[in-house]
Amino acid sequence: MISGGLNIHHLYFLLIGAAWTICLSLIAFVGGGIGGGVIALCRISPLRPVRWLAIGYIQLIQGTPLLVVLFVCYFGLSILGFSLPGIVAAGLAMVVYVSAYMGEIWRGCIESVARTQWEAAECLALSRAQRMRLVILPQAVRIATPPTVGFMVQIVKNTSLASIVGFVELVRAGQLINNSIFQPFMVYVLIAILYFAMCYPLSAWSRKLERRMQFAARPVGPA
Amino acid sequence: MNYEFDFASVLERWPQFIEGAWMTVRLSFPATVIGFVAGTLLAAGRRSSVAWLVRACGIYVEVIRNTPLLVQVFLVFFGLSSLGWQVSAFAAALLSLVINVAAYSCEIMRAGMDSIHRGQLEAAECLGLSRRQVYWHVILRPAMEKVYPALTSQFVLLMLASSITSQISVEELTAIAARVQSETFRPFEAYILVAVAYLMLSLLMRAGLWACGQMIFTRRRRLGAQGAGR
Repeated sequence: MISGGLNIHHLYFLLIGAAWTICLSLIAFVGGGIGGGVIALCRISPLRPVRWLAIGYIQLIQGTPLLVVLFVCYFGLSILGFSLPGIVAAGLAMVVYVSAYMGEIWRGCIESVARTQWEAAECLALSRAQRMRLVILPQAVRIATPPTVGFMVQIVKNTSLASIVGFVELVRAGQLINNSIFQPFMVYVLIAILYFAMCYPLSAWSRKLERRMQFAARPVGPA
Repeated sequence: MNYEFDFASVLERWPQFIEGAWMTVRLSFPATVIGFVAGTLLAAGRRSSVAWLVRACGIYVEVIRNTPLLVQVFLVFFGLSSLGWQVSAFAAALLSLVINVAAYSCEIMRAGMDSIHRGQLEAAECLGLSRRQVYWHVILRPAMEKVYPALTSQFVLLMLASSITSQISVEELTAIAARVQSETFRPFEAYILVAVAYLMLSLLMRAGLWACGQMIFTRRRRLGAQGAGR
């Protein structure tokens, strides 16, 4: 072995990479959340063309790999004349990807609010916007929380693809370290452990929320 | 923006794209089949009464589901070879895809198996079916029927995720796009074309899996036809 192998500076570098992974995940979650909300509302819009547009968008993004979306964003942006750092292309691709999946998840949640709630709101002469805002969405948010947290795991994991366009997040940081010490097994196991440390709490949280929902949904008998 | 699209120079390399698509199929099809079988065994392991087996299967599923496929692919390809276990890129890609999809199908199949009502098992026992028969006729097949839609989307996701194996130089669709763009200097067009190819593959796969489902689970179809006839 030429150099001494993994040392504290390498670990520090990996942790900085992990911080960037979290940063990119947050960008993807917030941006994709906003986009997903819009897509979900378009998807159940009473206007047919709007609905079709949303369906087309969801089908298109869910039918192509994130890696290809990422490359299209990366090269597309450079064709538009921007030479931007990797994080912009990666962030854009993640937002595009997340909004399609979240849109579909949230649509399901909005539609699973009991039909009678819609009808009751209509009987109270609430406008469509009021119905959505005051009656449906507050209930849909409750239903949507466990799958949304579950999807956050996918977001964190998928930010690893940003390494391919040269954004130095956790995987790229690991690759750079591996290039200098050449101990791929140890480096990638370390990376996997760091990802696990980020994702497992989210998975466990999502499961807990789901279980709580099941208890809440149980029909309440005479106490 | 004064960019002129030039799909012609990319399109004239269509044999390469076909080759790449074939590689994607050759990678995802065995990965799906082997991964599904392994996942079903894992699910059976998680539901068994052997404590260590339950724990081991649980840990496997959690570890795989909470780490990125890209890292798994690198770990299998570079990690194994650094431990002195040389594997070809294709074998490494296939192995990591199988490892990955097994964990996801395990969770799906477990949900399906858990949803089988206890009364069904008791009824099967009363009818004097053997353990094997119970597992096959009462647990496995109905469970599969219940979770078939979820399995379908998981398998399509696997096919799309196989694009990641381009990073260890497996010559599938995405890798072909990279090669074509380095020959033509038309990256945007090449990747758009590949996106369209993936879209078609996933639509084909959905249609194929739907048709398979119709053929395997004839019971539901019959019930549906009766309901419509009423």
